Parts: sequence; structure tokens; C-alpha cells
Amino acid sequence: MSSPFAKLPAWVDYGLMPAVNVAVGFLVAGLVVLFIGENPVNAVSILFDGAFGSLNNFGYTLFYATSFIFTGLGVAVAFHAGLFNIGGEGQAYIGGLGTALVCLALDKYMPWYVTMPLAIAAAGIFGAAWAFIPAWLQAKRGSHVVITTIMFNFIAASLMAYILVKVLKPLSAMGPSTRPFETGAYIPRLGQISEFFGLSAGSSPANLALIVALIAAWLVWLLIWRTKLGYEMRTFGLNPSAAAYAGIRSTKIIIVAMLISGGLSGMMSVNTIMGNVHKLDLDFVSGAGFVGIAVALMGRSHPVGVVLAALLFGVLYQGGAELSFQVPAISRDMILIIQALVILFAGALENMFRPIFGQLFARRETSAAGAA
Amino acid sequence: MDWTILLSVLDSTIRLTTPILLCCLGGLYSERSGVFDIGIEGKMLFAAFAAGVAAASTGSAYLGLLAAIGAGMLFSALHGFACITQRGNQIISGVAINFLAAGMTALLGKAWYKQGGKTPQLENATRFQPIDLPGAQAVKDVPVLGPIYEGLISGHNLLVYAAFLAVPLTWWVVYRTRFGLRLRAVGENPAAVDTAGISVTKLRYSGVLICGVFAGVAGAYLAIAQSANFSPNMSAGRGFIALAALIFAKWNPVGALGACLLFGFLEAFAIPLQGASIPGLGWKVPVQLITASPYILTVILLAGFIGKAIPPKAGGVAYVKER
Amino acid sequence: MAAPLPLAIELIHIDKKFGAVHANKDINLSVAKGTIHGVIGENGAGKSTLMSILYGFYHADSGEIKVNGKTAHIRTSQDAIAAGIGMVHQHFMLVENFSVLENIILGVEGGALLKGGEDKARARLKQLADEYELDVDPDQLIEDLPVGLQQRVEILKALTRGAETLILDEPTGVLTPAEADHLFRILHILKDQGKTILLITHKLREIMAVTDNVSVMRRGEMVATRKTSETSPQELAELMVGRRVLLEVDKSPAKPGKEMLRVENLTVRDEWKVARVDNVSFNVRAGEIVGIAGVSGNGQSELLATLAGITKAVSGKIFIDGEPVDPVHEADPARMRERGVAHVPEDRQHMGLVLPFEESENSILGYHESNAYGSGAMLDPEAVRADAAIKVRKFDIRPDNVRLKTANFSGGNQQKIVLAREMERDPKVLLVGQPTRGVDIGAIEFIHKQLIAMRDAGKAILLVSVELDEIRSLSDRVLVMFAGRIVGEVSPETDEGEIGLLMAGIERREAAE
Repeated sequence: MSSPFAKLPAWVDYGLMPAVNVAVGFLVAGLVVLFIGENPVNAVSILFDGAFGSLNNFGYTLFYATSFIFTGLGVAVAFHAGLFNIGGEGQAYIGGLGTALVCLALDKYMPWYVTMPLAIAAAGIFGAAWAFIPAWLQAKRGSHVVITTIMFNFIAASLMAYILVKVLKPLSAMGPSTRPFETGAYIPRLGQISEFFGLSAGSSPANLALIVALIAAWLVWLLIWRTKLGYEMRTFGLNPSAAAYAGIRSTKIIIVAMLISGGLSGMMSVNTIMGNVHKLDLDFVSGAGFVGIAVALMGRSHPVGVVLAALLFGVLYQGGAELSFQVPAISRDMILIIQALVILFAGALENMFRPIFGQLFARRETSAAGAA
Repeated sequence: MDWTILLSVLDSTIRLTTPILLCCLGGLYSERSGVFDIGIEGKMLFAAFAAGVAAASTGSAYLGLLAAIGAGMLFSALHGFACITQRGNQIISGVAINFLAAGMTALLGKAWYKQGGKTPQLENATRFQPIDLPGAQAVKDVPVLGPIYEGLISGHNLLVYAAFLAVPLTWWVVYRTRFGLRLRAVGENPAAVDTAGISVTKLRYSGVLICGVFAGVAGAYLAIAQSANFSPNMSAGRGFIALAALIFAKWNPVGALGACLLFGFLEAFAIPLQGASIPGLGWKVPVQLITASPYILTVILLAGFIGKAIPPKAGGVAYVKER
Repeated sequence: MAAPLPLAIELIHIDKKFGAVHANKDINLSVAKGTIHGVIGENGAGKSTLMSILYGFYHADSGEIKVNGKTAHIRTSQDAIAAGIGMVHQHFMLVENFSVLENIILGVEGGALLKGGEDKARARLKQLADEYELDVDPDQLIEDLPVGLQQRVEILKALTRGAETLILDEPTGVLTPAEADHLFRILHILKDQGKTILLITHKLREIMAVTDNVSVMRRGEMVATRKTSETSPQELAELMVGRRVLLEVDKSPAKPGKEMLRVENLTVRDEWKVARVDNVSFNVRAGEIVGIAGVSGNGQSELLATLAGITKAVSGKIFIDGEPVDPVHEADPARMRERGVAHVPEDRQHMGLVLPFEESENSILGYHESNAYGSGAMLDPEAVRADAAIKVRKFDIRPDNVRLKTANFSGGNQQKIVLAREMERDPKVLLVGQPTRGVDIGAIEFIHKQLIAMRDAGKAILLVSVELDEIRSLSDRVLVMFAGRIVGEVSPETDEGEIGLLMAGIERREAAE
């Protein structure tokens, strides 16, 4: 089972190479900007200004990043167990249903600090439940989780359309959405909190869910590297035969990993639904589940990497909105392109530059081996 | 349901089946060679955009088709480079291609035409027009068979006929030619192909590029045959339905025809069903259930409750000579 | 060493490196036309690499290949085929859901359409069947054929491509003795028809039985070539290993104690319902090593996997230290470990280790639930590393860095990581599979000593190895497995020939008659 690629020092493998891959992705994106006749350098400066230019803008950046941390962690946890969960989008959708049900039930009677934890739990449970069926099919019937989770994304979209149109839509509403929530289902925004301390931070939708996302990242780190379950997941992900030898049950690992993965993706809905739109509609996920794939790949499935990658995508989403406003030729679709290029270069082409690095660092490697 | 409705449902079944069938057959070449392709959706979308742009700027449907095929093959080449040459993860590459297509088409469309991503409306002359098969008008009034020939079989555009003719052609290529034998072999055991002195790389690139051709035709069909321009995200998940159909077909061309017709029919069926109740049951079928049914059926099939779908054995795995 | 016959194949100064590994060092080899030439060497000696170079699968860094006295430029398998070289690979290169015929014509279809080529191949197969006793139904699917027939298809593939020289890489590893005998008969017929055979193996018996000449490889070098009639197994063994083989391991007589492992009527079937372990009963007592001899593929692996709890049995009973374990319903490796069964698996890289893990993480594989490595659900990496460091010192694992990736350790040191993990747990029963496969000589001695020390410390050890010498020198009792059954129990001093007969499925009573 020898790798066809040369061994590299760890800092090159885990630091330099991913950075170079992502950088190349952005370079190609820059070429696309050039191709449509715009100035990439100018575009980057508008983008960063849009993302960091004011506290309000930065708040939006954090708001987007919050969603991506959740979905990115979801994909990352499954990756560690050797599973590719493409179903984050659908799991977030169904998670939103859980969030909305809690909100609709409690928003008139309870303060946010009661609603929020219950909504997080419901979002997690609903998202996990949606991941359970593909997980069970993979564990028990060997149906490939990649294909079933894709299918479940579409099924989720149809199901949510049905529920919103036929069940949850109040008669008075025009579009397919629930009634607007009362303040009992509003998560305090970071702006409001800072005002409490006498600071002004604008009215961006960044909210307490960010803190929850960061706690989730820490818990994922704890799970993967500091628990026996995490050890079992990594063993199974890297070598299923060794896992069987060690008495690690594949059924348990597949199902538990997918439940955690789906639950994390589901929790994304709390950020957008309770932190911003305050109702359940059809486009509260709008691709965040898929961004999670790029985030997990770019972050190399490490929670710290995921948080940083999510922040970068938050910058892209917020800065990209500003960019498309100022330079109409560069529409927000640019973000999709960058997302695609990151997935391509940090994922599918991750080893493209390895031979070059192999040559660059080969001498170090052999001299180190000679000394050992 | 009366006769004319049935006929019109079947007619739209054929129209709706065409792009799925093209993608499904394309996917068959790729996956039989051992390269999974969940980027078909993106290839079709990108090709549709290329067709819309080329047809609008040259005024020729055929140049539009050519551009679409070129676009499909370009993305296929990218997929091949990532998965075959660089031995990257096929799923990840496919995901990237889908996003790349969605982003590029919308961005370029908006930047170039400033119509919210749409390409300019085409004249009829720059689209693929319905073809009246010989004698269609003559037999029109013959009971039963007349309307079937005139309304159902005749009157489609060239790409529809091409798609359906591609089924026997693909069957023949896969099971009766040297290329087909090698293609099937390389998806099952690339080492056997390699030791027989045949290039695994070339074969896999062929399969992937042929897939690009089919996805290209499918894209052209969407933009310059079924519609009169490209609009963002017009593939609307058909590439994934095609993948589902391919699983349903157990990677067999004849099965592909059946599965695609079934899924096309379900899509066509959903239109008159909107708001209608099933006769005798008095129960309204939610249209969303019909929309989701190809995916639900595929999951049930994958679960092994109705037969077993066994993919090509070497599918999804890059070939590395063992040391 | 003047050969009376012209040379079919000459390899001249062949050199090949894979990164830091020097797989072939300046190899010279001459094979006379119409002979069976054996190439023997231990696993990892470079035989397969050399043959892959000859077959165009790899390209040599330097050197020359001559076929029939003329320089041949073999860069791909296609070139090799064109030069009249065919190869039967250790792992068959067949498409399993293809028919025999489709496999035969793959690559030599004879035109863009299949029809003509298929008809021609069908006729040719009939002809070859008559000529060489190579009958096989052309329309059967490969996956429905037994292994012996699959191998026959491989030979037919080579012959239909016009092979004059046939390379067979470890052809008997997967065959029953009867199938192997048939293969050797076919090889003789092929030789009589003027074909040249290169037989790659690590089994001395086969070399002595069928070859005319034999070349010995050791650690990437060609160390000797002999006429088979003028050499002995002893001499070949010494050449393979590089010094006098110490068949005797220094050990005192066993002092068997209490019965620690008892197996009653154990039967294990594979997914096709074929009995891989067939009604097997035996016991192992504290303080003894019981060896299981047999040709690989006769159920040893399945027996080991079942005793370790990895594979489910269909019937039978297992007792550990007198306590019953139900191998039918309770198969669970974790449970077996709790009962005191440690397991050194046959394939350490595939099963015993997670290569991308750091060394310390592998040192707890299977025992990770223990509270010594963190209380409850938590895992404490510092505790794991501290524990690993102790084992590294005790088993002299090099380099002594518990945070190094396991993939960066040598084969012998990887095996020591597994052994340390399994032995240091103070098990009641130790299951050991192929303890020294792909391990260098120094580490072999160390591992053998450790096993004897375990025995003397009162552990019950069950040893499975395809190396008969290893079984005989370590074991106190030897069980012989054939076709899933235990066909005999002998003492390790028993004559190798007699054990060989048992391994070939010929029962002693029959043999005595």
C-alpha cells in the first residue's frame, strides 16, 4: 500500500501545499475576472473592503462564516470516518424544519434563551435524522453514501416545498414560507450585544450562533483527537480492515459519523432562520451545504482549518455581494466559481504540485533519512 | 384520463426524456471506463450555455451544437485530467465541475448579455426545428395509429431522434466492438487491460470524452432545441436524474432507455397532475412527490430492495501500477 | 556453464530503483530455449520486479534485454507480447465478469469488430486444448471458474498471443496440490513443445521438482545459477538467505500446563457457502506453541480470523481458559481481547496497522477502550505516547520516535510494533499469523526469541505460517491443515517429506500403504 507520491515534511504536506493549491485556485479565478475585462486587483480590493470595510460589513462576513463553519464541520466529521457526505444541503434544509417547528411553538411564550437551545437541539436532531437513512443504507445495505445523499438533497427540496406550501404556509402569506416569528425566536445579534456594552457595531445579522459554531468546532476537535470514538472513526476512515481487526464496528461508526455530520449541517439553519430571516422559507440554505464541501477540503478537515476556510468563504460571500454591486460585470456567481476552483485545486488536484515539492524537498528528506 | 391527454403526456415524455437519455448514455461510457462522473449536470449546463452563445452569435444551430459538444468535451478533459492523470478523487472533481459550470455560465451570461444571465432569444431558424417524418400528414387521420405516428413519433427535432438512435448504437459499440470490450474491461480490471498491452489512460480518456460529447448534445438540446435561449441553471438537476437512471439501468444501454423513459414520463405526468386527484381514490398526489420520485426510486434500488445495482468494479478508483 | 541450447532470454546488467529501494542490482540472467528455468528467492528479493521489467510492466533504469540473441526494446507489455513473451501473474489479470473467450481476445481482438476475432479465438482454443491438455469452456464467466481453471485461462491468454517464453509468477500459491501437479504436467508438455518457461517461486520443493536450471536472488541481487540436478534444497536455502540457515531455534522442551484454548467442531463458510474451515477441533495449552502447517489458502487464515472474532463461524465452540465463547453469535474481536486472546494478524499493513497513524496510535489499536489511555470516552494522547515509548524500548523498535508516521518504519519494525502491542497485553492466548513475512533476518531472530520467551512465560501460542521451516523450528506440536480440515498432528521433528504429504492432502494411512 505504498503511496505513489514522495513523502514530504509535515509542514509542507499540511501547510505549504494546501496553501499553494488554494492560491492557484484564486489565481485562476483572477484570470476569469481578466477574461471578462475587469481588473482583478481592483476586484480584490473592493472585495476586501466589502468584507472588512466597516463593522457592519464584517458582521455580514461573520454571519456567512457561521453557516459555513457548521456545514464545513459536518462534511469534515464524515471525511474523518472515510465518508463523503454530499447531503449537507438537504440536511440543513430539514434541520431548518426542526428549528422552525420549535420557533413556531415557543416564540410567543418563551424568551430567546429558552427557544435557542431547544431549536439547536431540534435542528441537530432533524438534520441527523435526514442523514440517518443514507447512513443506515450504507452500513446495512452497502448503498453508496455519495449517491444516496445526492438523492436525499433533491428529496429534501421536494419535501420542504410540499411542507411549506401545503402545511406551514399561513393563508395570508404570498410565497411559500411560515408566518414571521415573534421576538421569542430572535437570537440576539452581536451588534445588539456590543451596544449593551456601549459600542456601536451596526445592524448586521451576525449573531450568537457564531459562538455556538466555534464551540461546535472545539467539540469536533475534541471528538476527533481526544475521544476513543474519534480514534475509532479515524481508524475506520483510514483502514476499514484494521478497524474490523480492532473490533470497531463499521455499522456504529458509519451511522454515528453521519448522524453527527447531518446534525452539524442541520444546526446551520439556526444561524440563518433565527438570526436573520425570522421565518422558514425555501432559500435559507442557498448552497451553504455545498460550500461546506469546499470549506472542509480547504481546511483539511481540521476544525481550525474549517473555521479559517469558513471565514474566507464568509469574506467571499459578503465581499462578493459588495463587488457585484460596484462592478456589475462581476456578479455573485463569481463566488461559485471560486468555490469550484477551491474544490478542484484543494480537492481533486491536491497532488498536482506534489512532484514539484517532492523534488524541492527531496534532498532534505534523504539527508534526514541518512541521519536516522 | 382521456386519449388526447395521454398522447400529449407521452409526447412530452419523449421531449423530457431526451436530455436525460443523452446524459445517461454519456455517463455510461464514462462509468463503464471506471470514471464516475457526477459532473454531468455541470457539463450539460456549460454546453447549453455554449450552444446559446454560439447559436446567437453565428446564427447557426449546427455551430451551436458544435460549440456545445466542444464545451462538454472541455469539461470532460478537465475531469479526465483531475481523475486519470492526477489520480484525484472523482467525486470531488465532479462536484467542482458542477459549481464551475453554474458559476461560469451565470457570470459570463450576465457580463456579456446583461439579461440576468440569459443568452439572446433565438430565431426559429437558429434552433433545431421539428421534423415531419415522411407521410405524417397523410396518415394523420387514420384512427389510433395515425395520431401516434403524427403526434408522437413524427414532429420532433433532430436531437431527439439522435438521442433515441444513440441507444442501439451504444449497445452495439459496447457489446460488439473492440473498443466496447476494452472499455468494459478497463472499468472492471484496469490491470488486466494494462498487462494486455493496452493503455488504460487512453481508454479512460476516451470514455470520459465521449461522455462530454453526449452531455454537449444534451446541453444543445436544452438551449437551442427545447428552448430558444440559455437561461441560468436550466439543466435543473437533469444530470443527476440521468445518474439515477444509469444506476437504475445497471449500466446497460437498453436499461438506460427504459429508466430514462420512466423518469421522463414521471416528469411529464406531473404537469397535468397539478391539482388533479387520482380518479377513484379522491386523493390528491402532491406534485412534489412525483418530482422526487426518480430520486426515491433510485434510493430504493440502491438499497437492494428491488434487485441489485452493481457498478463497474474499478469505478471510482484511479489506476496505479502496483509496486 | 555452457548451455547446449541457444538462449531464449538474456537479461544483461538490469538495474532498477524505486525511490530509495534498490529492487534490482545489476542483474544478469540467461535462459536457454526449451528449458524450465526457476528463479527463487525470499519475498522482497526482487524476483517479481525483474519479471515485470522483462514483461514491460516496469522499465529498467539501465541494462539490456535480449530475446533470441537480439536486443529487444521492451517498454510496454505490448512490446513484450510482440517479442513472444507471455506472463501469468500471481494475481490473475482477468476480467471476472467476462467470459473466457472475451478475456482471451482482450488486446488481440483482430479488428474493430469482435465477431471475426471471437470465432478465430474459439478455433485456436480448441486447438490448444488438444495440444496441451488445456481444456476450458470458452463461454463460461471467469467468476464461475475455480482458481486452477482461471490460471489455465491466463496460460491460454499467453499462448494465443504467440508466447514462446512463459513467465509464471508464484503460480502455486493459490493452487491445491492436485491443481499444482496438473500445472507442472502442463509445463512439461509446453517445454516438450519447445516453449521456454520461467518459474518464479519461493518454494524449494517446486524448484527441485520441475526446473532444469535455477537462479537464486537475494536482496535485489542475482547470487547464483545452478543446474537443478547438481544442487540441493539445503544449498539453495543457504543461497536464498545468505548464510547457513539456523533451522534450530534455541529452546528448551515445552512444559505444557493448563488448556487455554479449546476448539470444538469449528466450521466457517465463506460468502459462497464454501466451507473454508471444516469441522476443526484442537487445543493449545499454556506454555506451548502449536504450529499450523499448510499450503496457503487451506483455511489457516479463516481459522485465525475466526478465533480472533473477526469472522463468524457457522457452527462449533471455542473455550478460552475453560470459558465458552460462541463463535457463531458472539464473534467480536473486542470481546475476544477481553477474554485474553491477542492476535498478530497475517497481513500487518492491511489489517494490523493504520499506516498514516503515528506509531503511538497504532500501539493501542484494539486496546484503545482501556482506561489506561484516558478515562471513559476520552483519549489521552500523552498516556498513549508514554505507554508506546515503553514498548518501543522493550522491543527495540527503530527509530524510537513514537510520533513518527507508521508508514515510515521498515517492515521488520512495523511487525515489532504489532508484536509489542499484542504481547505486552499479557494475553492468555496468542494467535500469530506469518510473524516473519517480509521481515529481515535480524528481526526474524528477534521475533522468534520473543515467541519462545512468551511460551516459556506460560502463554498458549497458536502459530500459522506458510514457512514450514519456521513451523518446525518454533512449534512443540504441529497440526497440518488441508482443504479446511486438520489432516494430522505430528511432532516438529517429523520428516519434512512426511509433513509435505499431509499438506498435499495425502493422509498418512494412505501414504503408508
